[in-house]
Amino acid sequence: MNKHLLSMHDVTAEDVVRILDTAESFREVGTRVIKKVPALRGRTVVNFFLENSTRTRISFELAAKRLSADVINFSASGSSVSKGESLKDTALTLQAMGADAVVIRHSSSGSPHQLTKWISGSVLNAGDGTHEHPTQALLDLYTMREKLGRLEGLRVAIVGDVLHSRVARSLSFGLVKMGAEVTLVGPPTLIPPDVSAWGVQESFDIESVLPKLDVCYVLRVQKERQRLEYFPSVREYSRLFGLTTGRVGLLPEGALIMHPGPMNRGVEIDSDVADLPHSMIEEQVTNGIAVRMSLLYLLLGGSRSGNANADAEEPGDD
Amino acid sequence: MTDQILIRGARVIDPATGRDETTDVLVAGGRIAGLGQGLKADGAEVLEAAGLILAPGLVDLHTHLREPGEEHKETIATGTRAAAVGGYTAVSSMANTVPVTDHAAIVAEIREKAAQAGLADVFPVGAVTKGLEGESLAEMGEMVASGVRVFSDDGRSVSTARILRNALTYARAFPIDVVIADHCEEPSLVERGQMHEGVNSYSLGLAGRPAEAEEIMVARDIAVARLTGGRIHICHLSAARAVELVRRAKADGVRMTAEVTPHHLAFTDEDLLTYDTNLKMHPPLRTAEDRAALVAGLADGTIDAIATDHAPHAVEEKEAEFDLSPPGTIGLETALAAVLTHAVKPGYLTMTRALEAMSSAPASILGAEGHGGPIEQGRPANLVIFDPDEEWIPEAPFVSKARNCAFLGRRLTGRVRYTLLRGDLTVADGKATK
Repeated sequence: MNKHLLSMHDVTAEDVVRILDTAESFREVGTRVIKKVPALRGRTVVNFFLENSTRTRISFELAAKRLSADVINFSASGSSVSKGESLKDTALTLQAMGADAVVIRHSSSGSPHQLTKWISGSVLNAGDGTHEHPTQALLDLYTMREKLGRLEGLRVAIVGDVLHSRVARSLSFGLVKMGAEVTLVGPPTLIPPDVSAWGVQESFDIESVLPKLDVCYVLRVQKERQRLEYFPSVREYSRLFGLTTGRVGLLPEGALIMHPGPMNRGVEIDSDVADLPHSMIEEQVTNGIAVRMSLLYLLLGGSRSGNANADAEEPGDD
Repeated sequence: MTDQILIRGARVIDPATGRDETTDVLVAGGRIAGLGQGLKADGAEVLEAAGLILAPGLVDLHTHLREPGEEHKETIATGTRAAAVGGYTAVSSMANTVPVTDHAAIVAEIREKAAQAGLADVFPVGAVTKGLEGESLAEMGEMVASGVRVFSDDGRSVSTARILRNALTYARAFPIDVVIADHCEEPSLVERGQMHEGVNSYSLGLAGRPAEAEEIMVARDIAVARLTGGRIHICHLSAARAVELVRRAKADGVRMTAEVTPHHLAFTDEDLLTYDTNLKMHPPLRTAEDRAALVAGLADGTIDAIATDHAPHAVEEKEAEFDLSPPGTIGLETALAAVLTHAVKPGYLTMTRALEAMSSAPASILGAEGHGGPIEQGRPANLVIFDPDEEWIPEAPFVSKARNCAFLGRRLTGRVRYTLLRGDLTVADGKATK
C-alpha cells in the first residue's frame, strides 16, 4: 500500500480487497459492548477538517478511537486557520506535534497532495474540493460487496452532479478498478464533457438505465448549481433525474439504492425511496467506521511493522 | 576601469541581418566599435568567448515588475536585475501595478526607478482603460507623449469589443503606431477556472479554462482590428485553434502580432497532476497538440515573439491551496534556457529564429530603439553572451525576489554569461554586477 491515500489511484485492486477484508474483521468490533482494540495505541491521528463535515469527521474519530489511537480534532472555526494561518504553517504545526496520520477535509481540490510536502506521517483524504473522497468510495465498495457478494461485473449508475462530485470521481475510479460497469447519469451540464479516460459510460436518460442496474447510486444535488445555470429548477431536476417513487420500480429486484448523504429528500431522491428496505444509506454509515479503521490500521503500520508489538496486532485481538 | 571591452571568438548571431559567424566584437563608448577577426584594442577588458554565442540583448514584451504597489513580490530593481541575469536588456512592465499604470506620472516614475537601477531599459505598458476597469479609456495621449507605445489591460481581456474598437480608433491620432496587447480569454468561460479544461481537469476536480475561451477572444480581436485598421498584439497564445486564427488573419492582411511564453512551449496540462502551483497560470498549460501548434506557429512566424509573462508572487501566496494561489510563474532568468532546451535542442526552432523571437521581433513590436540588433558598428552595445551547452538546474533563491518558477528543479541547457547594456556589463560570469 502507498503511504498516503489521496486518490483511488493510490490503491490497486489487490489493495482494495485487502482494505475491505480487513474492514470485515473490524466490523465485528463495533458490535461488542467494549468497542475497542489496542492496534494503534500510542499513535496520534489528527482530524484536520477545514470544511464542515460532521458525519465524516465523527466516523474517522470513532474509527481512530476504536483502534485506541489518540485523536485530535482540528477544525477551521476557532483555530489558527480562522486567524489567517496558511495551510503550510498549520501543517508544519501538526508535523511538529508528531501526528502519525492526518485526515484532511478541505474545500480546495489537491490540498491533501500539497499536505504531503510538509507532513511526514500518512495523509488520508477525507474529501478535497471537487476532486476525490476515497474513503467514501471504499465504504461504498464494502457495502456493495457485502450485500451483493462481488464487485466484478456489477452494473452501477452514479446519478446527479458528477461534474462537482468528489464521491462520483472516487467511486467511478474504484468501481472500474474492481471490474464493475459504471454509467454516469445526470443533466449533460453536470456530467464532465469528456470522461473517456475514466472507462465509464454516460447517459442522460435515467429511466433507460434503471432496469439494467445492480446499484443506483444517487448524489446530493447542490441547489446553488441552479443559480449557476446548470439546470433550470429543482423541480425540473427532480422530474428528469430524481429517483422518484414513480421510477424506483424500474430497478430490478434486489438492486441497491445508495446515497453518500446528506440527502435532499424530495430533490434527488424521494423520501419514500430513501426509506425502502433495499436502500443502504444507514449501512453505508455503519460500514464507514469499519472501513476507516481498516485504512488507519493498514496505513499506520498494520502492513509495515512485522514486530509483535501493539501496532502489529491482528485486528480483533483484544 | 575601461570603457572598452573586446569579446573574442564568440559565434555572433544577429537575426536582424542574418549574420552568423565566429568573430571578435569590440565595444567602446557604449557602442559596437568594431567587428572582425583578430581585433586588437590596447587596454580593453578582454572577454574570452570561444564556444559562446553573442546575440542582441533579449527584449521582453511581458514582464510584471509589481512596482509601484506590490513590492513584496518584486521591485523594479530586483525585476530588472533578474532580467539582466536572463540576458535581457529591455523589458516592458505591465500595467497592473497599484495604482494602475494608467497615466503619465506613473510611467515617469517607473522609468526613473529603472534608470536608477541601470540594469535594463524598462518600457512601461499603459492601461487601455482607467484602473483596468474596462469602463473608460485611460489618457492614452499623455502616455504616448511620455513614450508609451503598447497598451494593455493585461490579466483580463479588453472588456468589450466596443472599448477595444474605440481604443484602436482613438490611437490613430498619434504619430506612432500604437499597439494594443490583449490577454485573450472570454471571461464567462473561465470564471473560477484553475487549469486547462479537459480530461485532466475533470479528473483533478479543478474548474476548467477551455481553449475555446481563448479562441473566442482572439477571433473578436481580429475582427475589431480589421474593423478599425488598428494594430493588435495577442499576449501569450496557448491554444492550437487560436494560432490558426492568427495565421489566417495575418494572411488576410490584418495588422497583428502574437507572443508565446517559454512555459507554454515546455509544459502541458499533464504536468499538473501533482497540483504544483508554480504551473498554475493564465492562460493555462494546455495539451500536447496545443504545444505542438505553438512551436509550429513560432517556427513559421505566425507567432512573432517569445515573452516571459514573468509574474512574481510572494512565497506564501504561491504555497497555498491550488485554487487560492495566484496564477503565474517567473520567467526572466530561465526564458532563454527554456527555449533552448524545449524548442531549439529538439530541433523545432533554429537558434537564429529563437533569438529573433526573443530580441529583434519583440524590440520592433515594442519600438525599443537600440535594442534587438542589428549588431553593427555604431549601434548601441546591448548584447547577451551565453553558453548554449551549459546544463543547470534552477533553484531558489532566484535573483528575482520571487521563487514561483515553473522550471524550479528541472534541468535546463544554456546559460547566460554576460549581458551588456549600452556597453556596460550588467552581468559578468553569470552574476549581476550591481
